Amino acid sequence: MIVELGHFALILAFAVAVAQTIVPMVGAHNRWSGWMAVAEPAAIVQAVLVAFSFAALTYAFVTSDFSLRLVVLNSHTDKPMLYKVTGVWGNHEGSLLLWVLILAVFGAAAAVWGGNLRDTLRARVLGVQAAVGVAFYAFILFTSNPFIRLEVPPFNGEDLNPLLQDPGLAFHPPFLYLGYVGLSMAFSFAVAALIEGRVDAAWGRWVRPWTLAAWLFLTIGIALGSWWAYYELGWGGFWFWDPVENASFMPWLIAAALLHSAIVVEKREALKAWTILLAILAFGFSLVGTFIVRSGVITSVHAFANDPERGVWILVILGVFTGGALLLYAVRAPVMQAKGVFGVVSRESALVANNLLLAVSCFVVFVGTIWPLVAEMAFDRTLSVGPPFFDAAFTPFVIATAILVPMGSLMPWKRGRAKALKPVIPVLILSLAVLALVWAMQTGRSAGGPLGAALGVWLVVGAAVDLLTRTGRGAWSNRLSRLTRLPRADWGKAVAHAGLGVTIFGVAALTAWEQERLEALDIGDSLTVGNVTVTLDAVDRVEGPNYVATVATLSTWEDGEPIGVLRPEKRIYPVARMPTTEAGIDNGITRDVYAVIGDPQVGGGWAIRVYIKPFANWIWGGAILMALGGLVSLTDRRWRIAAGARKAPAGPAPVPAE
Amino acid sequence: MRGLVLALLLAAVPAAAVEPDEVLDDPVLEERARDLSKGLRCLVCRNESIDESSAGIARDLRLLVRERLVAGDTDAEVIDFVVDRYGEYVLLNPTTDGANLILWIAPLALLALGMGVAGVHITRQRPVPDAGLDAVEEARLRELTEDRGP
Repeated sequence: MIVELGHFALILAFAVAVAQTIVPMVGAHNRWSGWMAVAEPAAIVQAVLVAFSFAALTYAFVTSDFSLRLVVLNSHTDKPMLYKVTGVWGNHEGSLLLWVLILAVFGAAAAVWGGNLRDTLRARVLGVQAAVGVAFYAFILFTSNPFIRLEVPPFNGEDLNPLLQDPGLAFHPPFLYLGYVGLSMAFSFAVAALIEGRVDAAWGRWVRPWTLAAWLFLTIGIALGSWWAYYELGWGGFWFWDPVENASFMPWLIAAALLHSAIVVEKREALKAWTILLAILAFGFSLVGTFIVRSGVITSVHAFANDPERGVWILVILGVFTGGALLLYAVRAPVMQAKGVFGVVSRESALVANNLLLAVSCFVVFVGTIWPLVAEMAFDRTLSVGPPFFDAAFTPFVIATAILVPMGSLMPWKRGRAKALKPVIPVLILSLAVLALVWAMQTGRSAGGPLGAALGVWLVVGAAVDLLTRTGRGAWSNRLSRLTRLPRADWGKAVAHAGLGVTIFGVAALTAWEQERLEALDIGDSLTVGNVTVTLDAVDRVEGPNYVATVATLSTWEDGEPIGVLRPEKRIYPVARMPTTEAGIDNGITRDVYAVIGDPQVGGGWAIRVYIKPFANWIWGGAILMALGGLVSLTDRRWRIAAGARKAPAGPAPVPAE
Repeated sequence: MRGLVLALLLAAVPAAAVEPDEVLDDPVLEERARDLSKGLRCLVCRNESIDESSAGIARDLRLLVRERLVAGDTDAEVIDFVVDRYGEYVLLNPTTDGANLILWIAPLALLALGMGVAGVHITRQRPVPDAGLDAVEEARLRELTEDRGP
């Protein structure tokens, strides 16, 4: 019964979304305030309905209702409760329901907090948001309905994919969705502004927090996925340039660009057309990502044929929304004139350079991801584009962006001079000193390690210097007390930029200095890698709730001191008939000791692989810092005080630079 | 979208990769074999190199690479040998010949184009006269200024 009510609520939400698309749009066109006012209650009702629908599906999973096809395919009574709940979105249908839930919740949030928007803009934003919803409701109801019952319910389910039965991966999709769907808000604002033909500082101010929130969720989602890959896949890789990873990385890059260009719109009323384009592209790439993952088209052209209906649906959604928005953009963009003018050396120019680098680096990822498809279709060549291409083509953009960050963030708005860069000179010297020092310490290895260390210092110390220069002059005690009173947005910026530095250092250090040792060990044997020695004490069979594991017990010494016991596992999930590995990891600040148990060897013993992974945790630590920076920035006081309430043109008066 | 999940549904048969019995005695040759393996694709996996994969064909290819190295082939000869048999699909690093030039050059072209457009835009900006306030804003302004009293 509850399941049927959930199904019905979803259909109702579909109907409400249709009304929310049409009525406010017509109202905004004709300035009928009554029609425009439909948008807010509709957005809230829609969110409540989808939330109920989602709760109903969750209820079916929690109670293991095996009359529901989706529950049978993705659950099992023995599965721990946590994974019964996360199993709701661990499949195509449920994850789409989560997608529309988040879409509706974002729409409702805009309705609740949008009181200060112009009536017409608010109505149109909610209308566009609902239009995206309509497309996805139709997609769910017509091709991917999660509420389909079985005539003959089986006795038990087929279990969730074991890879998904892990805390890191269980919460990876919701964060990614919060990011993707958050970008739909930026998209709705962009399309609404294009329809209105007006983009001003207030618009920039409205779009920024949504984009920031979306970007911060994407950061967490991507970091969770990467961290999971690191400890779960058995060789400690953290990024594979796989199409589905790239699908989440492209919107992240564009969102980062949008975040920065919206600042220019808000502060200086320039780069308006470009910012609108980025907002469209950011959501466009979210849809491209959905298409790539859902259709399987990139895995192989032939996989597309397995489920063409879903693939074509998403392609149509992608075409209608991105194509339609770009068409509207082509017609309307010339109307948007910049008010603020800026010099060649200025904060604005630095942000243009940032945008250019981020956008082109996103293009690198995009072209590398779709090239196998293009080559097969257009040139009849079956080829692969793997990590070596991305490493070679993407890394230069990371380095260029990292070099730019501390300099750009010190530049004054409008018109700067090279003098503004004086505070980074000590940072530059320090970074070069670190470069030389690290270079001298390592022998015969790649340049990546020293370069990463130097860039890390450059970004982290550069962020600190950026904060210090904002405290002005005078006695240090005054400056330090001013430091604590700086706007949260300044702190957020510094923390996020420092986080980027930490991540770059972590990636470079791990890539350059990793050590690995593989040996076949009998019980009692030892192996040594670098300054770490492990002894295989035992190999046991252990029964888990819904799996059987082979667990090795490895006593571990570092520089002759015992640092504890590592317990790498190999698990078999009998219901899903799938093996997984759980690495045994000793986490440390400067290194992880990472052990994996392999297969039993023909000549006796077990294949044991031990890695020393220097500074591995810094990769995700940096990502946490970036997300934290976004969060701190979101709590800035000026987002809480009404954007439109103070004065209509929120930006500074347009003063020509000449 | 679901991040790595789907990627790994097919690919992730975990553990293994290089097995102890495959390792060459000569550490220099072994090092070269590992480097080469990282650039060769496991043909039945999804986006995994033969160095990472535990699939049977990956093991066969690893053994083949080591066999060629022991026989005295250079790195390039080993790669050519494998590509001859398995096609360029096996290369994780795409070649730069023919149409693949587009892949390598397109990002640089876009960067150059972007720099050009941005440069022109920045150096040729003209301030536009302020369009002033529209009727609604005028009304709001009047309302606000009238509130102030005399």
